[in-house]
Amino acid sequence: MNTLLDNIKTVFPNAEVWTQRKGLYHMSIPKEQLVTLVTHLKEVEGYLHLVQLTAVDWIEKNQFQLTYILNNPNKRIDVMVKTFIPRDNPTMETIHHLWEQAATYQRELREMFGIDFPGSPRVDKPFILEGWDNIPPYRRDFDTKKYAEETYFPRPGRETHDPKEYMKKKLYPDEI
Amino acid sequence: MSKSDLEKRTVMSPDGEPIEINPLQDYFCDARPKVHEPVLPIFEKFLNWARSESLWVLGFGTGCGAIEMRPLMTPRFDAYRFGIQWRPTPRQSSVFIISGYLSVKTLKRVIRSYEQMQNPKFVIALGSCTINGGMYWDSYNTIKRLDHYLPVDVYIAGCMPRPEAILAGFEKLKELIRQGKGEGANLYAKNFDWYKANQKKIIKDWDMPDYNW
Repeated sequence: MNTLLDNIKTVFPNAEVWTQRKGLYHMSIPKEQLVTLVTHLKEVEGYLHLVQLTAVDWIEKNQFQLTYILNNPNKRIDVMVKTFIPRDNPTMETIHHLWEQAATYQRELREMFGIDFPGSPRVDKPFILEGWDNIPPYRRDFDTKKYAEETYFPRPGRETHDPKEYMKKKLYPDEI
Repeated sequence: MSKSDLEKRTVMSPDGEPIEINPLQDYFCDARPKVHEPVLPIFEKFLNWARSESLWVLGFGTGCGAIEMRPLMTPRFDAYRFGIQWRPTPRQSSVFIISGYLSVKTLKRVIRSYEQMQNPKFVIALGSCTINGGMYWDSYNTIKRLDHYLPVDVYIAGCMPRPEAILAGFEKLKELIRQGKGEGANLYAKNFDWYKANQKKIIKDWDMPDYNW
C-alpha cells in the first residue's frame, strides 16, 4: 500500500506521511492544504467514509491538533490526517461540503474546544451545553473538578482514597 | 420548539388581523403550585391506598438506567403485575423515575416534565449518580444531588440497580404512600423558591416560565 503514500508524497510535497501498521497510515499537513488533501483522498483515492473528526489540546505547544480519520471501505484502510492550528482564536476551514455529518462534529468542536468553523451549518447553536458561559470545557486549562464543586452542590462526606495506599493498608496492615 | 418560538411576535389570525402574542404568557400557565391539604383523613387514607396500587410511570429515560426499565416492564420481571405501568406523557403519569445521571440539558426537560405531571406525584431516583454524582462526581455537566432540584421520595442505590432492586424500591414507595409520606408535590410547592433558585443557578439560559404545567 505504499502507492498511496507515494502518491500523496508526490501530489503534496508538504505532507508528512508514515505508517503505523498494516492498514493504518498517518499524514500530517499544514492547515492551509488540509481540505485539499482530504478532498483528494475522497475523490481520487476512494476514502469515502469520514470516521471521526476530533481535536487534541497541546497546551504546552499552544496548539490544537485536529485529526480527521478517513476509511476506504473497499480496501479496508484507515488514514489519519492531522493538522495543527494555533490555540489563540482557533479557526479551521469547514469540510461539511464533503461529508454532511462533519457539521455535527464541527459544532461539537466549536462548543467543547472553541474551534470555529466559519460557514458550517448551525455551528453557533449550542450542542449539549446550553447557556455555557465559561471557557470551553475540553480545553486543558479548564479545571472541571473545581467547576463541578463550585456549581453542583457536592454532597459532604464523600471520601476519596488513593487505591494503592488504601489496598496496601487493607491487605497488609502489618507491613506499614 | 425552538427558542425563537418563545419570543414576542405578531401573527396573522385566520381573519387576516394581526395579533400580538407573547408565548411565555399566552401559552403557559405560570401560576405557582399550591399545597394540597387532605380533605378528610380517612378518605385520604383510602385515596393513598388507591394511589399506591396504581403507579403510572413516565417513560422518560434520562441516563443509562433507562435500560433497566425494559426487563422490568417485560415478562421477565413484569412490573405490571404490581400495578405499575409506563405511560407516554407527563399528564398521565404519577411516578417519575430519574434513571441515572442527569446532564444540565436533560435537567431542564426533566423539570418541565415534572411540573406538567399532576398531583400527587412521586420521584424515584435510580443509581448513585442521583445521590452524589457517582462516577460523574467531577463532571462539568452532570448534576450531583437530585434532591436540590426535585423532591425525591425513594433513592435506589447501585450502579446500576438491578430490576429486582427497582421492584424493591417500588414496594418501598408504595409503603410510603400508604403511610401518607408521599408528599413530594407538596414539598415542592412549599419550598418552591428554594428549588427554583437552585434550578436557575445551573440552568443559565432559562427560557421558560417559572412554573409551567
